[in-house]
Amino acid sequence: MLLIRCPYCEEERPELEFRNAGEAHVARSANMVGESDDDFEKFFFIRSNPKGIIYERWRHMHGCARFFNAVRDTVTDKFVMTYRAGEPKPSKLPKNSNEGLAK
Amino acid sequence: MSGALRIPGAGRLSQAKTARFSFDGQSYAGIEGDTLASALLANGVHLVGRSFKYHRPRGILSAGAEEPNALVQIVRDDARKTPNVRATVQELYDGLAANSQNRWPSLSFDVGAVNDLASPLFSAGFYYKTFMWPKAAWKSLYEPKIREAAGLGVSPDRPDPDHYSSRYAHCDVLVLGGGAAGIAAALAAAETGVRVILADEQAEFGGSLRFESGAKIDGKDGFAWAQAAIARLGAMDNVRVLPRTTAFGYYAQNFVGLVERVSDHLKAPGHDLPRERLWQVRAKRVVLASGAIERHMVFANNDRPGVMLAAAARTFLNHYGVAVGKNVGIYTANDSAYGAAIDLKKAGVNVAAIVDLRDNPTGPVIDEARALGIEINSGRAVIRAGGKLRVSSMTVQPKNGGGERTIPVDAILMSAGWTPSVHLFSQSRGKVAFNDETKRFVPGTYAQDCVSVGACNGTDGLAATVDEAYAAGARAAKDAGAKAAKGVKPKVDASESWSRGMLGAAPGAGPDTTVKAFVDFQNDVTAKDIRQAVHEGMRSIEHVKRFTTNGMATDQGKTSNMHGLAIAAETLGKPIPEVGLTTFRAPYTPVTFGAIVSHARGPLFDPTRRTAIHPWAEAQGAVFEDVGQWKRAWYFPQAGEDMHAAVDRECVGVRNQAGLFDASTLGKIEVVGPDAAKFMELLYTNPWEKLEPGRCRYGIMLREDGFIYDDGVVGRLAPDRFHVTTTTGGAPRVMNHMEDYLQTEFPHLNVWLTSITEQWAVIAVQGPKSRDIIAPLVEGIDMSDEALPHMSVREGKICGVPTRLFRMSFTGERGFEVNVPADYGQAVWEVLWAEGQKHGATAYGTEAMHVLRAEKGYIIVGQDTDGTVTPNDAGLDWAVGKKKADFVGIRGMARPDLVAKGRKQLVGLKTKDPKVVLEEGAQIVEDPKQAIPMKMIGHVTSSYWSQNCGRSIALALVAGGRDRMGDTLYVPMPDGVIEVEVAGMVFFDETGGRLNG
Ligand SMILES: [Zn+2]
Repeated sequence: MLLIRCPYCEEERPELEFRNAGEAHVARSANMVGESDDDFEKFFFIRSNPKGIIYERWRHMHGCARFFNAVRDTVTDKFVMTYRAGEPKPSKLPKNSNEGLAK
Repeated sequence: MSGALRIPGAGRLSQAKTARFSFDGQSYAGIEGDTLASALLANGVHLVGRSFKYHRPRGILSAGAEEPNALVQIVRDDARKTPNVRATVQELYDGLAANSQNRWPSLSFDVGAVNDLASPLFSAGFYYKTFMWPKAAWKSLYEPKIREAAGLGVSPDRPDPDHYSSRYAHCDVLVLGGGAAGIAAALAAAETGVRVILADEQAEFGGSLRFESGAKIDGKDGFAWAQAAIARLGAMDNVRVLPRTTAFGYYAQNFVGLVERVSDHLKAPGHDLPRERLWQVRAKRVVLASGAIERHMVFANNDRPGVMLAAAARTFLNHYGVAVGKNVGIYTANDSAYGAAIDLKKAGVNVAAIVDLRDNPTGPVIDEARALGIEINSGRAVIRAGGKLRVSSMTVQPKNGGGERTIPVDAILMSAGWTPSVHLFSQSRGKVAFNDETKRFVPGTYAQDCVSVGACNGTDGLAATVDEAYAAGARAAKDAGAKAAKGVKPKVDASESWSRGMLGAAPGAGPDTTVKAFVDFQNDVTAKDIRQAVHEGMRSIEHVKRFTTNGMATDQGKTSNMHGLAIAAETLGKPIPEVGLTTFRAPYTPVTFGAIVSHARGPLFDPTRRTAIHPWAEAQGAVFEDVGQWKRAWYFPQAGEDMHAAVDRECVGVRNQAGLFDASTLGKIEVVGPDAAKFMELLYTNPWEKLEPGRCRYGIMLREDGFIYDDGVVGRLAPDRFHVTTTTGGAPRVMNHMEDYLQTEFPHLNVWLTSITEQWAVIAVQGPKSRDIIAPLVEGIDMSDEALPHMSVREGKICGVPTRLFRMSFTGERGFEVNVPADYGQAVWEVLWAEGQKHGATAYGTEAMHVLRAEKGYIIVGQDTDGTVTPNDAGLDWAVGKKKADFVGIRGMARPDLVAKGRKQLVGLKTKDPKVVLEEGAQIVEDPKQAIPMKMIGHVTSSYWSQNCGRSIALALVAGGRDRMGDTLYVPMPDGVIEVEVAGMVFFDETGGRLNG
């Protein structure tokens, strides 16, 4: 069972308290009606499936109930870092993902 | 007397404490502290089971958890018949009853042993090749027969009466393995004051100190030192010592699963004790001190009862005081087996000969054996064991060929060397590295915050092990935040060497032979099978493993993996590391389902939710149905009524007079805040800004893809407050969906969401007499149609308690839904019920509710929709705000496929024969005479007998359904084709006049 740091509670809590909520940084258009079929397809159906770093949404379901974003390595399963919903995609990741975890 | 082979003065058990036990019905005496294996051996019993595939007689190979052969059934009573218990692990208690497995009619005469004679048929890959044709026979014939013949042990046929417990634990340093290394590491860590857990799978700590008679630490015999150290650790507040506890799985971020056997060793465990306890431990640092496992020699008939690991024989002697034979032979490729020879010889057992594969072994143990007068045959191999139910001889030959010599023995004690137990390290996702000099895999690259010490790390020698472990324990404590240590490192005064050895088949079982030299005892895999797998094209060790099943039994190949790998590598002509090691997976040893499930069974498997009105319904004799976690009153049968009679009466009663229905399970969410209406506009298809406070609207919620997600009536209590209802099953996901959008897509909206499902009990009062029942009990609400029209809501009081009174209808009758605080739910219900009796009201359940709503064509999301139905498909276009600029699903709804012609649309169906009730889920076709497979154009979603309509009614999703009004369609069923006519969805009171009736 993984430990996940909730950026609102500011502590690591066991995975059981959380729910994955799909890929992060998929912006909903401010003008949904005006979206082309192709754009809607990209927005709703197409998801990345990388080997390595993935940006995901998680919810601290059985804690503060907040949605937040996380960077996870799909190879090691490790969470590299977490940050609050609405914050931009981090431009730099911690050098050592273990350090990111321990903090 | 506790067995003829018990040696007075040997071992550590107190002879005074006799324990009687039975094996296959025969009664024996053992001693408390014995394992079943040591007690059987003390009585001269070596034959304890039959092998899995060939039904060969098998004995006891080891003295520990790696045991592949001695699997027995322990029978406490009818419900407690545990199969595949390792006799080497099961502790003896007075009255223990064990049976052998995989034999019929008896252990010494087993009919299945014919498999052994027919073994050319059963070679590697036999199942894959033989039973592939004809295909259909696999399921009906081959598989059942094979399973019947191959099963080990018998499952109990009653529910498990034992209970199991489960705990979470956190510590700074978790030490796995309680031999010299683990104890030293635990001491070092514990002395710093950090929280330490030390676990070992054995009943007593000490590991190999149990048999290593030459070990001395701090001036004490090794095992005595271990007991003293454990006593010291156990007395420390910061240490938890767990014997009989196996670490079976190493998961992410130092999360380790342990299972503690709490009462399997007790004669009469009290019910206050769990049978087993699951520990889920999160450790800052883990010290792996899992030791090493001795390998057997791979030679012909090396599976005969009496052929066992040298260290096991030594354990039986030095710990249990049992001689495994009276005239033993030793077969070894390293020094450690000499210890067994020396100890047995000193205990008065005749050691017929030591056969050592090495050409010219030298060293103190060899000298000592020679000095004791033991014959040493170096540069020689045991090429075969004689005997059948018990080994009777060993045949020795120079390893490069030459004259044979057969030596009578009643046991062969073998050692091919020691394999570091890297299982847990490997489970932690660490990468092992092959040491070419010592020919063993040892921990290489670490993936987690752990460290390996002692034999599992490839460290040889007790002094080096204790040094390494003590330093690692101190380091782990420091890394976990400890201050300086203040302890003293244990001092090793004497130790033994058991390094090196050999891998693969021994001489006499080489590629030019066809002998049965077993690599994997539990799955009956021989050296020849592994070579055959390579010859048949398997190149990867993972393929060899699956083709031969080597290492795939419940012992997970603890003794066999390295031999199998070496033979495969030799046959492939490649170095071992290029062939690679198979993956180690959890669990290390089998774990019971009971331990994993723990308390989560029976009523505790899943929470049961009951409404406030539940006790009343129960007292009325209601039949309940499960809806998610809820128990809902399904129908209220009166004397002599079956379900249909009760439902018919309830349905008619509602329409003729009135009915009371417990609707408390409806999901309820309060949406509050200055932007509440804006939020509702975005989450539902309907317009909300202009809905006046005090009015209600039927809302539809979509997912972004345009399909219906949920529905429900929403009341606006105030400009900034909405009382939203959801489907019973949909409440949690609707709440999640709303929170998701509020927190992440529309965080600028000033809105709060609160689940109020359990705050309000809901009593639906429906029918022409509904107002007459409620009105006298209500305060502060004008109940006239003008003041409280259909689809409105008021706050006031009923029976003196606060109410949110909805005028709404899911029956098509004049109706109300009375919300009261849940604590008053049953009291208000009882008053309404008493009032209702004056007007002939009936209580109705969920079945009548379903029928009544279907008569009106009201859909149930999840029954009439399935996640691919749009509002238009469901005939609900009227509920979609046409002028809205945005809502969740607005774009998805406009996708080409969702607006295409010919989509399945919800319609009514009337069977031509009004008495025939369709089956829900039945498929619909246009032409019943077409060839199979027919083109299916839709399916029935809801179907009932309607007593009010005097006929059956149904709803269905049918392609282009609204253009087929009046058409005849067909529902083919196993016993005939049912003709139906496509109709509107409203079967009763089409004009809706009764809403105000
Ligand atoms: Zn949180």
